Amino acid sequence: MFEADIYTVNVGPVHPSTHGGLHAEAVMSGEIIQDVIVHLGYVHRSVEKIAESKTYQQFTPYTARLDYLATNLPVLGYCQTVEKLLGIEVPERVEYIRVIMAELSRIASHQIAISATGIDLGATTGLMYGMRDRERIMDIFSMTGGQRLLSSYIRIGGVAEDIPDGFISAVTSFVKDIPKMMREYDGLMTGNEIWQARMKGVGILSKEDAISYGVTGPNLRASGVPYDIRKAEPYGIYDRFDFEIPVGCVGDSLDRWNVRIAEIGESGRIIKQALVNMPDGEIKAKVPKVIKPEAGMEVYHRIESSKGELGYYIVSDGGTKPYRLHVRAPSFINLMVLPVICRGGVFQDIITNIATLDPILGESDR
Amino acid sequence: MEHLIINLFQAFTGLLVDLGLPPVLAEVALLIVKWGIIIAIITLNVLILIWLERKISGFFQERLGPNRLGPFGVFQTIADTLKLMTKEDIVPSAADKLIFKTAPMFFIVVSVLLYTVLPMGKDLQVLDLNVGVLFFISIGSLSTIALLMAGWGSNNKWSLMGAVRSVAQMISYAIPLAFSLLGVVMITGSLNLQDIVEAQKNIWFIILQPIAFITYFISATAELNRGPFDMPEAEQELTGGAYTEYTGMRWALFFLAEYTNLVAVSALMATVFLGGWQGPWLPSWLWIIIKTYGIILVFFWVKWTFPRIRMDHLMSFSWKFLVPVTLANILLTGAGIYFFQWIGWC
Repeated sequence: MFEADIYTVNVGPVHPSTHGGLHAEAVMSGEIIQDVIVHLGYVHRSVEKIAESKTYQQFTPYTARLDYLATNLPVLGYCQTVEKLLGIEVPERVEYIRVIMAELSRIASHQIAISATGIDLGATTGLMYGMRDRERIMDIFSMTGGQRLLSSYIRIGGVAEDIPDGFISAVTSFVKDIPKMMREYDGLMTGNEIWQARMKGVGILSKEDAISYGVTGPNLRASGVPYDIRKAEPYGIYDRFDFEIPVGCVGDSLDRWNVRIAEIGESGRIIKQALVNMPDGEIKAKVPKVIKPEAGMEVYHRIESSKGELGYYIVSDGGTKPYRLHVRAPSFINLMVLPVICRGGVFQDIITNIATLDPILGESDR
Repeated sequence: MEHLIINLFQAFTGLLVDLGLPPVLAEVALLIVKWGIIIAIITLNVLILIWLERKISGFFQERLGPNRLGPFGVFQTIADTLKLMTKEDIVPSAADKLIFKTAPMFFIVVSVLLYTVLPMGKDLQVLDLNVGVLFFISIGSLSTIALLMAGWGSNNKWSLMGAVRSVAQMISYAIPLAFSLLGVVMITGSLNLQDIVEAQKNIWFIILQPIAFITYFISATAELNRGPFDMPEAEQELTGGAYTEYTGMRWALFFLAEYTNLVAVSALMATVFLGGWQGPWLPSWLWIIIKTYGIILVFFWVKWTFPRIRMDHLMSFSWKFLVPVTLANILLTGAGIYFFQWIGWC
């Protein structure tokens, strides 16, 4: 007799959150969500088409702007793909420096995820704590690349220049403070009664759904699948490091949150080991000035980005510019699971679920 | 100092009577003067509080807060008020004009009316009503109507939804609010606020009624639409809630009314639980200012630490937890009073 009307509420694209232009249309009946229709494409910048008219070196900065919150990771992926295409091996020192920069980017990206989740749920102070700690990483990046956010330090064949004085001491002191930071995030947010009530059991993503939708990264690990490309198919020198993969049990928002905080700790471990074992040596491999891979060569290389499996697929036709470049963006594929985890919840859970899925629209829309 | 103020008031009414005015009209004139003073106090308080909140939240979040205009940014509020006054006043064409325009006025009038019964010092209040506590709670509940008017008058789906949620929240928490004060009323035996202050001569009611203090604090936070209970007006949720369509000074009036409400509720907590204007050495009106601001700081602290509570958790927390707890508190207080009377302590 009393049937609630079915109506639609739009979340975004202009949304007071740091996720970008995401448009989620929620079909609701009363207060319960029946379906969420995700509209993407608001940040589409035709990056893959642009790649067809740029040389391989010219395209490197574009990759940094894909996932602009963890910039060294997409750049690393691209440079390693081109090196795989050309068969170049980089010197040892470069590998270690790249690992340090990549893991620092991963920590920075997870800190943004923590801050954004905090402010989406109303804990504004959580936002500021995450941002304050991230400032130290930004200072380290500006020491090396000269840029705080959109780092242009990792290049094809090596890195731009050798690490400056003070880099190692800055990174060491940052890594020493990581346990304190994690304790602060846990103390302020995770243990809070209200936080647990809003995140526990909300947005459950089952193992089967996660695998069948192709979800990767912390979201997959929170659902209970212990899959990390750094362990499954190590690239670079990741097989030399001793670290663990945090895995969740249920796949709800609280698990996704806890997995990201634990990953910050694990990245700290990797950086500590890399700092200790870094050898001296060259910082650039021998790369031809004009990169012209053989015609018909194609390569797919993937790395474990902070959002999931970030893959680059390059097809070459013998020219200086790639014939086709495709980016396998983890956020695009992770967002496809948003309707599945929001169904049956209340409206506020859409906000929580978007925040804990941690999409980044620059990468998702390319 | 309070004698000075009381003597001034008596001199004022005496002067008017000497000039030929009947005594009743002299009392009315005195009432108008007292209201003028209250409005001046409220305005000053709100200006200070807006600056204080921004500075204190900055302090919690390791940033500076306003620091450009004036020393420590004290003129920031004035600049913001001037900006809001000069903004374009947009009234949506499909809105119900009368309700839309009167909603903020209604809200602020209700909030200011709360100050009628608050004792600001020894014998210093606008009206010494015998039913002070009842007056305070009933007038406080009228603000729900103002919110409903705002949401309905905007003629906007999301404003109405936000207003309906606000009203549901405020009605749910009005009950634990009233019940928390009942324990104090039972111990005092009177609804008169000055009597309640007098009854705390030997011991403050926060020690006799700690549970009531905590439940009153939580219910008041929800009534003020503040802190962890600000789901109806948070930006991340349904746009701006009931206030979406309001611009410029109309919007500013809503927020001024909320801060006015905050000070009134904190002053009531100071009066009922922390001994009111009593205290050694300093004049009584200074004591109540100190206690009120102490409680306001706790309100700020709670708001800037906790995340927001989801709407359904909010409602179940009130009905399934706070109402039984306050009822249990009343039962315990009654039993305690009977017991202490039986063993002869009072």
